[in-house]
Amino acid sequence: MSPKEFVSIVGHSGAGKTTLLKMIIAEDKPSEGQVFFESIDVHRIPRTKLPHYRRKIGTVFQDFKLLPNKTAYENIAFAMEANGRSDEEISENVPQALALVDLDDKAWNFPNELSGGEKQRVAIARAIVNQPDIIVADEPTGNLDPIATYEVVQILRKINDLGTTVIMTTHNKGVIDELGRRVITMNEGQIVRDDATGKYVL
Amino acid sequence: MSLASIFVITITLFVIGSTMFMDQLLATSLQTIQQKVDINVYFEPNAPQEEIEALKKSVEALPEVEHVTYTSREDALAKYREKNQNNEIALQALAELDENPLGADIAIQAKETSQYEGIARFIEEQREQDTAQAPVISKVTYNDNKESINTLTAIINAVERVSFITLVVLIIAAVLITFNTIRLAIYTAREEIAIMRLVGASNMFIRGPFMVQGVMYGLVGGIFALIILYPILTWLGPRTEAFFEFNLLTYFISNFSYIFLVLVGIGVVLGLVSSILAVARYLRV
Repeated sequence: MSPKEFVSIVGHSGAGKTTLLKMIIAEDKPSEGQVFFESIDVHRIPRTKLPHYRRKIGTVFQDFKLLPNKTAYENIAFAMEANGRSDEEISENVPQALALVDLDDKAWNFPNELSGGEKQRVAIARAIVNQPDIIVADEPTGNLDPIATYEVVQILRKINDLGTTVIMTTHNKGVIDELGRRVITMNEGQIVRDDATGKYVL
Repeated sequence: MSLASIFVITITLFVIGSTMFMDQLLATSLQTIQQKVDINVYFEPNAPQEEIEALKKSVEALPEVEHVTYTSREDALAKYREKNQNNEIALQALAELDENPLGADIAIQAKETSQYEGIARFIEEQREQDTAQAPVISKVTYNDNKESINTLTAIINAVERVSFITLVVLIIAAVLITFNTIRLAIYTAREEIAIMRLVGASNMFIRGPFMVQGVMYGLVGGIFALIILYPILTWLGPRTEAFFEFNLLTYFISNFSYIFLVLVGIGVVLGLVSSILAVARYLRV
């Protein structure tokens, strides 16, 4: 992939989309072949340096993966705290991230007080608050209604326009057609198509 | 769950503390008894003073002798009266006599308990020089307290052995229970931990809180152990003083910082080790 690309990965359930993403964040190892990030072999990175690597990648998941005991603001701030950022940096960057996803007024709500779409937006804000090079999103719209789906995809597109590479897996034909960007189709662990402008073909 | 952990640590530290006090008590008693060992030489009532002085000087000259205490005939009589002030018969018998029936005596203390044999022999030699007509030395008694010393030493050894075994068992129990408690905490927080890892938190950031948890258990256990020891020692203190001439309470108070450091220190180490083990085993990073 090239920098600033927006790539969608589609395929059946079980085609290997999630596994592919896991290999990018070094959560899983490939049986053959290698994963390179800016010419570093991701799976050669020593255990102790892995967190450092992971900080360069923002992650968004279908089930949001938010901490239930923290407010939206705190969830986003947590990503910065875990990276040892100072309180001043946090109080600067978190509101900006919230603004980007349009959630200024819900900053102090807990996840159980937010709708699905809002939760995913918090997750996205958390993913970008450390200004990573890449966003990896695994079925980000899987649990969302059509309107929320549209909103989330728009946000991802906005983030991509601002210069962050985005890799997204999805089932959703509408999203692909709407985006019109590069689509990689997978089937049974293999890549079977690679189209430069979105075509959802199964 | 954490209560169980704190409980076992407290008990372990309490036993360690008690052992420390018991050790101190027994050691001091042993020392006291050893100091009570002495040789007493009783002189004939009409032995000539120069002979008594000469003997006293020659004994003092011996290198093994730490101290010689001389009691004159008058002092000996006064002491006897005082000791028997409630004994009517003894006082009456004394009144019957015209003269002071008691002779002078010297109490000899050696520098080391093993040296008494040598001193005793020396005295015997002097005694042999006495003639039947003008005896100087009336009686020699050697209070070696051997029985007491041997008994006490045997007791000390037995106590050491029992304490050691008890402590080993307790320490293993404490570590196991704390280990399990932390492992449970790790399990309960597994979602949070997973998110922390995704977000790129460093290993120490994730591990830290659990190790702190272990340390806290140790700290609290130490403080509880001290809190429990205090009233017990307050109750025991005067009693041990009467029997052993050693007040446990004063020892506790005067050495408080040392005892505090040892108990709380061991507690913290126990907690830390347990949590490190649990983290190493169950927190795969």
